[in-house]
Amino acid sequence: MRDDAGPEEPHAARRRWMAVLARADASELAALLDRHTVMPRYARLRGPEAGLVMVRGRTGGGGGPFNLGEMTVTRCSVRTESGQIGHAYIAGRDARRAELAAVVDAMLQDPAQTFELRAKVIEPLADVQRAQRAEVAAKAAATKVQFFAMRNMRA
Amino acid sequence: MLQPGFADPVAGAQACFRAVLDAMARPGQIRAAGADLSPPEPLAPATAAVLLTLLDYDTPVWLDSATAAAREWIAFHCGAPIVSDIAACGFAVALACPGLSTMPAGSHESPESAATLVLQVKALGCGRQFRLQGPGLRVPATLAVAGLPTDFAGAWQDNHALFPRGIDIVLCAGTSLAALPRGVAVQEV
Repeated sequence: MRDDAGPEEPHAARRRWMAVLARADASELAALLDRHTVMPRYARLRGPEAGLVMVRGRTGGGGGPFNLGEMTVTRCSVRTESGQIGHAYIAGRDARRAELAAVVDAMLQDPAQTFELRAKVIEPLADVQRAQRAEVAAKAAATKVQFFAMRNMRA
Repeated sequence: MLQPGFADPVAGAQACFRAVLDAMARPGQIRAAGADLSPPEPLAPATAAVLLTLLDYDTPVWLDSATAAAREWIAFHCGAPIVSDIAACGFAVALACPGLSTMPAGSHESPESAATLVLQVKALGCGRQFRLQGPGLRVPATLAVAGLPTDFAGAWQDNHALFPRGIDIVLCAGTSLAALPRGVAVQEV
């Protein structure tokens, strides 16, 4: 995954850490922050508040879009003492997780902290999430049916 | 720097909605709103409370050159689309009263589609006196407003004559608000 902000994608780095934060477990994130940084003082600008967003899907690659259903999302926006504004949108209704993710997003925008935080907080979380994904993918792969092989057998 | 909105969005918006409702039902009466808000310049707390209460993604809003300084705050908290053409707005927010005839006055089929002007004035309860007459008023009421243009009563009579079409005004100053619904006749005393 790309880490540096290129001119064609100015928000690539932030998009990545926001994605990692949105999937992070609240207690895991809190533990990492406890170990490596001091939480700044901050004001809540909006939320944390839960709401519904419509999830849209597409049938196949070229099919028309349709509404798959609504999902619960919690959002939060905060402003730290140093003036950075952090946002978080997470699936589910865990208000504490949304607030924590928003604060960390604000801290990561502070140039003085961003490198250390990314190395000590975001990367470990990303590694855990990658391992979890790989485990699920491996379990799913084991049950994969080889339709191609069955067709070959009959022929 | 972005400021917070209502500390409790539901209770805050409900209290302010009640204030606007009462002010509209009884023109001339002054109600309190937005006491716990610290909005960005140049918005007064009452103006900010009305915007947080009434605006959403469905209401195109027009800002005059002064209130445009609070554009970011309005966009973030209200999520309202900001339009540059006053003839296309659902709400107009202004410190200097724009031409009332330039705003959408609705149609006879749907007079409710008319715009609402949220006008921030210098003060309510002092300044030039206006006599109000119309629905909701058994006897004429008096409203004192500082900061309205000198030809306001005339411009308002033109708007009032369009009834049931015509725009409505919410006047805000500090933490108080008053309303001029289109059905009320205004005379300068």
